[in-house]
Amino acid sequence: MTVARFWRRLKNLYNLIGTHCEKCGGYYYPPRNLCPKCRRSSRSVPFKFKGLGEVVTYTIIHSSTKDFEKQTPYILAIIKLNEGPHLTSQVICDHNDIHIGMKVKSAFRKLGEESDKGMLYYGTKFVPMGSRDK
Amino acid sequence: MKSGIVSYGAYIPRYRIKIEEIAKVWGDNPNSIIDGLMVYEKSVPDMDEDTITIAVEAARNAVNRANVNPEKIGAVFTGSESHPYAVKPTSTIVAEAIGATPNLTAADFEFACKAGTAAIQACAGMVESDMIELGLAIGSDVSQGAPGDALEYTAAAGGVAYIIGKENILAKIESTYSFTTDTPDFWRREGKPYPEHGGRFTGEPGYFKHVTSAASGLMERLGTKPSDYKYAVFHQPNGKFPTRVAKMLGFSGEQIKPGLVVSRLGNTYSGSCMMGLAAILDIAKAGDRIFMTAFGSGAGSDAFSFSVTDRIDEIRNGAPSVEELLANPTYINYATYAKHKGKIKL
Amino acid sequence: MRDVAIIGVGCTEFGELWDRSFRDIFVEAGVSAIQDANVQGGKIDALYVGNMSGGRFIEQEHIGSLIADYSGLAGFHIPSTRVEAACASGGLALRQGIIAVASGYHDIVIAGGAEKMTDVDVETTTDALAAAADREWEGVMGATFPGLYAMIARLHMHKYGTTSEQLASVAVKNHHNGTMNPKAQFQNEISIDAVLNSVMVADPLHVFDCSPITDGASAVVLAPAEIAKKFTDTPIYVKASAQASGTLSLHDRPDITTLDATVAAAKRAYKMANVTSKDIDFAEVHDCFTIAEICAIEDLGFVKKGEGGKATIDGMTAIGGKIPINTSGGLKACGHPVGATGVKQAVEMVLQLRGEAGKRQIDGAEIGLTHNVGGSGGTAVIHIFGR
Repeated sequence: MTVARFWRRLKNLYNLIGTHCEKCGGYYYPPRNLCPKCRRSSRSVPFKFKGLGEVVTYTIIHSSTKDFEKQTPYILAIIKLNEGPHLTSQVICDHNDIHIGMKVKSAFRKLGEESDKGMLYYGTKFVPMGSRDK
Repeated sequence: MKSGIVSYGAYIPRYRIKIEEIAKVWGDNPNSIIDGLMVYEKSVPDMDEDTITIAVEAARNAVNRANVNPEKIGAVFTGSESHPYAVKPTSTIVAEAIGATPNLTAADFEFACKAGTAAIQACAGMVESDMIELGLAIGSDVSQGAPGDALEYTAAAGGVAYIIGKENILAKIESTYSFTTDTPDFWRREGKPYPEHGGRFTGEPGYFKHVTSAASGLMERLGTKPSDYKYAVFHQPNGKFPTRVAKMLGFSGEQIKPGLVVSRLGNTYSGSCMMGLAAILDIAKAGDRIFMTAFGSGAGSDAFSFSVTDRIDEIRNGAPSVEELLANPTYINYATYAKHKGKIKL
Repeated sequence: MRDVAIIGVGCTEFGELWDRSFRDIFVEAGVSAIQDANVQGGKIDALYVGNMSGGRFIEQEHIGSLIADYSGLAGFHIPSTRVEAACASGGLALRQGIIAVASGYHDIVIAGGAEKMTDVDVETTTDALAAAADREWEGVMGATFPGLYAMIARLHMHKYGTTSEQLASVAVKNHHNGTMNPKAQFQNEISIDAVLNSVMVADPLHVFDCSPITDGASAVVLAPAEIAKKFTDTPIYVKASAQASGTLSLHDRPDITTLDATVAAAKRAYKMANVTSKDIDFAEVHDCFTIAEICAIEDLGFVKKGEGGKATIDGMTAIGGKIPINTSGGLKACGHPVGATGVKQAVEMVLQLRGEAGKRQIDGAEIGLTHNVGGSGGTAVIHIFGR
């Protein structure tokens, strides 16, 4: 990740802003330039997802790429947002608690950093729905 | 004053380490430390939590609690002594993450443990002068204590955000008063990972002189006395200092108890006093008056007098309470704590 | 369109080839394929080479020119093209070569694949491979390749009751096959317990559920079928060449346990070869992870969806079983030099169909299939071969 590449996407990463196709009613996160159903006739507008969903599948990563080696082991999951789309993110919870179907909500977390001198990357991860939630 | 608190939100990471666990590593007697500090455990950030993520979570809780339109926020000021960037604002990231950009001003504050209350004063000033409609003042820290230093027993993580405005306020700021001198009781030099402190010098010439001066100054200006207040909250680097200063000023144990969160949380630095205030607002009723005095090393104190309005009941359940954030922690050992705090260098 | 035949094959040994460079290995594979085909360098019309990440692994782009030059073919100025589709680069290079010959554009074409993966540290290799996933929406969140396949495995276990032992049985079988392949990276037997007790990489996948990091190169020589017998007595004919795309990101897949690009490519390939999955005698499938082989045999139609794990542990896919899978040892035991793998699969087809597969030779093989996947299923390339 370079600075410009992150900066271009940070609104999406911070606030789960994807796209909504006004023609077919489809919701997409990550955002799509073209709705895959309507293609050239799609009418894509930005859409902010609520950040509620459930775990479709998951893994616990023990061996990571260099950017994530200080964070291992961590839970990587595919989350189905309540509005429909699936995305890949981390779930922050006790490793004994993670399970398929777990209800989760978004949380603002550090995604990584470019060395101890470089830029910090922030974005959306997920935490279990729990007593703290209103 | 015409301004007040429109909303507030807190955030505390879910991890805790007990005093015993730290004392075991350094061969200290845990009981004498617990008795001396009146602190049993402290909060620890997750691997991927820092001052920025904590500030964002607290700010989001504040926005959600009273359904505030973030686009109406005209200023974001984040007070911290652990901003992840030395240069590059925390507050721009917070503003972006709550959807307040781009029509606003933003800056980061630093004044040891009172940067957050300084941010409240700045927001109140801008609101009172009609420069902005709403201002967001945050105190957030993942405070640093060198391994083996006395500070390690209390340096905790947490953040609190206050939205200041003139309409729909849940607590009016009756007045604020500050007392500031150049007193080097505690510092951290540029590029150094851990702060240094003057030991017992931080007490009398630091904390007690400034807190009592600001508190007395404010009560004198308002013509109030301790018994006029339902609650009082003072900066809480440990449990002992605020208890003692309350007594010196004539406040009772009953008045400070609801806001004394340090025993289960540790010192959240820029969030410390403001967290205590949040815990009080969680239970306060319309008409209650609250007295608050923050302290920041270096040194200065900001005193505030608040009176709670009946709006408080409408927004009370819109975001997690401090009690809920303190509940059901996950306890970790020193090794995990060291990993979370980046004390293990790779 | 003309029918196409393979008239020669070559392959280096696969493994950690510390003493050999990228150019050493592709020259070795190319020269042995050309010798096997009995063609003169001047007769070669074009080169296609599969290479995933020369830029990351050896900091070298412009692989097409490099290969033409160091193969001694730059003087003939023949076209040389690098083809990239992550781990399906080799299969795709083969397909480009087949299309070039079938169309009549070229006659004698070399299709090869090469990857030198051990010149960089493991983290760099892991990161380069992670580039086959969606960097902006998977990689940035901490996704690794084993991690993506682990999520497929986790859901497969949840939906179909597939077990860790069944996953491990893929590795056990392929290691057994590897013991009979002198070019394989691993030529040792392993047990199910050894797999289950090996280090966890991405739960539920252990390190022995994963294909290794490998150096290696493979090449085949292609010619129009009508002149193939001029070069060899045993040409192997390409019955079908099919390719399909799927979503780049795993999370966008309609069913996470199905590589729908494999399903689509298989359908096209079976139609083109005028066969069904039942007619396939043996196959080399893309077992980058044990779960990948289980999904492959399901998606190719050899077993019903969800039954791949049971079929494997029951021996259906072993040599001597109903449909031997990965007689070479597969990616798991033979090794997975990503750009070379798709071509090596074709080399194994040729050796088996010619009856030259030595100890791992299967009886009566007439029709074989190769299945090469890019990423978590964004690209699938399938070829069907016959005598």
